[in-house]
Amino acid sequence: MEYVIEMLNIRKEFGNFVANDNITLQLRKGEIHALLGENGAGKSTLMNVLFGLYQPEGGEIRVRGKKVAITDPNVANELGIGMVHQHFMLVENFTVTENIILGNEPTKGGSLNISAAAKKVAELSKQYGLNVDPYAKIEDISVGMQQRVEILKTLYRGAEILIFDEPTASLTPQEIMELITIMRKLIKEGKSIILITHKLQEIMDVSDRVTVIRKGKGIGTVITSESSPEELASLMVGRQVIFKTEKGPAHPTDEVLAVKDLVVTDSRNVEKVKGLNLSVRRGEIVGIAGIDGNGQSELIEAITGLRKTKSGSVSINGKDITNKRPRQVTESGVGHIPQDRHKHGLVLDFPIGYNIALQTYYQKPLSKGGIIDYKAIDRFAEQIIEQYDVRTQGAHEPARALSGGNQQKAIIGREVERDPDLLIAALPTRGLDVGAIEFIHRRLIEQRDSGKAVLLISFELDEVMNVSDRIAVIYDGAIIDTVKPLETDEQELGLLMAGHSRKEAAAMQAEEGDDKHVQ
Amino acid sequence: MTSMSNRMINILVPVISVILGLLVGAIVMVVSGYDPVKGYIALWNGIFGDSYAIGETIRQITPYILAGLAVAFAFRTGLFNIGVEGQLIVGWFAAVYVGAAFDLPKVIHLPLAILAGAAAGALWAFLPGLLKAKMKIHEVIVTIMMNYVALYVVNALIKTWSGGGDKTERIKETASLRSDFLASITDYSRLHYGIILALLMVVLMWFLLEKTTTGFELKAVGFNENASEYAGMKIGKNIILAMVISGAFAGLAGAMEGLGTFGNMYTRGGFTGIGFDGIAVALLGANTPLGVIFGAVLFGSLKYGALNMPNAAQIPEEIVQIVIALVIFFVACGYAIRLLLSKISKKKEAK
Repeated sequence: MEYVIEMLNIRKEFGNFVANDNITLQLRKGEIHALLGENGAGKSTLMNVLFGLYQPEGGEIRVRGKKVAITDPNVANELGIGMVHQHFMLVENFTVTENIILGNEPTKGGSLNISAAAKKVAELSKQYGLNVDPYAKIEDISVGMQQRVEILKTLYRGAEILIFDEPTASLTPQEIMELITIMRKLIKEGKSIILITHKLQEIMDVSDRVTVIRKGKGIGTVITSESSPEELASLMVGRQVIFKTEKGPAHPTDEVLAVKDLVVTDSRNVEKVKGLNLSVRRGEIVGIAGIDGNGQSELIEAITGLRKTKSGSVSINGKDITNKRPRQVTESGVGHIPQDRHKHGLVLDFPIGYNIALQTYYQKPLSKGGIIDYKAIDRFAEQIIEQYDVRTQGAHEPARALSGGNQQKAIIGREVERDPDLLIAALPTRGLDVGAIEFIHRRLIEQRDSGKAVLLISFELDEVMNVSDRIAVIYDGAIIDTVKPLETDEQELGLLMAGHSRKEAAAMQAEEGDDKHVQ
Repeated sequence: MTSMSNRMINILVPVISVILGLLVGAIVMVVSGYDPVKGYIALWNGIFGDSYAIGETIRQITPYILAGLAVAFAFRTGLFNIGVEGQLIVGWFAAVYVGAAFDLPKVIHLPLAILAGAAAGALWAFLPGLLKAKMKIHEVIVTIMMNYVALYVVNALIKTWSGGGDKTERIKETASLRSDFLASITDYSRLHYGIILALLMVVLMWFLLEKTTTGFELKAVGFNENASEYAGMKIGKNIILAMVISGAFAGLAGAMEGLGTFGNMYTRGGFTGIGFDGIAVALLGANTPLGVIFGAVLFGSLKYGALNMPNAAQIPEEIVQIVIALVIFFVACGYAIRLLLSKISKKKEAK
């Protein structure tokens, strides 16, 4: 079997810390090879070694059988290695073509030759079925399309080996399906792919083989078709992982959150929530399923007081909180795990301890008469850190220095500890690994079981299906249907999320059969 | 280990900056044909030469501390107050006005005049704060423009008040910060009680920022408005409050000049420069209250001591200004020096 890339016994150290310890990864020509590991397991380090950003302390790299020294990213480019970054490196107000040629601009007699480049971009786009308009501006196209521009960028530079770093993190289910199709097409055209991810379902869906690393060590390579998500998860985490989050039946009682005929506009004054009705009761988790941009953000912001409503009402425990200030909403019993933890959830330059106190710093016992008791804050923070397993060097470490999972655990600790009647969790597991996801799901269910109401907003169908007791499907600013997770499946939900009624969905499913999506 | 060396670096950076500034200043003096040794001896004597010099140096340091606090406080809360100069000018005028226009016992008159200075500065900073909070107009632009407004409005007020003259009445003795005692121990310098007030304000800023819920909110809003709003803080209120407190410090700096050093105010052709130097003072002190004292001592000393260089060492005023500017320049380059230091310490660690 021919290998296009062999990374043999790679070792990378940072001071005393061994980030990669004896890792071997062999990429065959024409395969999709998944690189699986938890956050901080050393995936990025390994890929940065391959991309020439780090020099390994041990081991060797062979490209097409020849030993090479990749001293910087330019060498990697020349060897035909291209990286599709998780966070797109695109200039928003440039066109697709301008972005693709950036740093490598073709010139004719000293002036930029855009049209030649655009032609080449169009050709590549057609060849790989990417469907990208070379003249579209980045700010005008969807996230999925932007990712395809990133793919085009590597192809334009002649990449034969593509590294995809967490490519599905910000995509909708439909966009993920499209991406998988594109990846298959790339393989057909003779490219080889390394897929970095910690989402097991994707690996099962698309990869040929999987290399698992755990805490910097290479655990081994398995053939995907001979493995299972359960096996992969335990290889990755090093213990058995419970997948289907275990939970008993829900026993909903009194209504906590009541949203009636809510209309909310976005910052450009376009109506995003259009007469939405929603009810969440004690002892149940209601999941809001929908494609990004259908009014979820505006709905949460309106409930939590971050955005003014145009009409309609929001009440908590029968008390009207429409257009109340965030603190009044918080104090009437709402906990909020915000969608964007860096923008809303944390003051990144503050110590993690201050962040844990961010909602309660003005109350006893953390402060008295306007004077803060920082020792009390430290004690409180240490308690949350301990209880919610936040891995940090201590309460004084800046929030910025923590990994995403640990930042999120701190936020959850802060919100849950206030004992709110309603807990709003917006994309609570975005970008987190299996261990952290499991932890967070358990906490949400614990809240439910202790008689709280939980509202979960997620773009991940798995999550909505696993955790919620009822699923409210949001489409174009309204809840178009409410289904029970046990009485539906991903296809029906997908169709509902695209705006079809349940009847239409049933008809379409009957027509298409079940062969399209392998569960 | 790392935090220890970090602290070392924090102390070393300003010290090295000053030394580099003086070294390059010496080169400038040599190239221009003057004796740097003589020059720096004159500088030293100008600062510490006798009790009069020391008294005047401390007098000079006083407004620098307050101007530095004003800038540092704004920086710590995410704002850049370039309007300290204008706030200082209105504070100066308001203090002198109250000091001259009323007849009151000292226990009321002096505090009232000082408060008037603080209030005027606060009011002058309130407007840019309000514009930023309500309409997102950047405070830098508004405060720069308000410096000019302050300068010319105050000039016009002085002319009107004095019936066409170029200076105000003198303040009443009951509003003065001067003291016979301080004058007598410093060979009749203009040293006044303002330095005590300035040091109290240093403690106040520290207390406000590090101990109170208000300080917690101000800092949080300065770092991340979105997260602060999410956590229930009032963004607009905090921005305005931060500007008002900063402006009050600046107004106090002006009151020191009016009630202490000069006892009156005169029309000015240009800015005092203290407000702008406050930016450098704050940067030099890493925007911490204690650091501001350090920065102000350096600035006040250089500014006052330098006056002796033309007399004692025949070094022209212009060269002296260049030397001072070089010190500021190297202080502003603190980042580069920090980088250098951390590289050196890393190399040592590697060995």
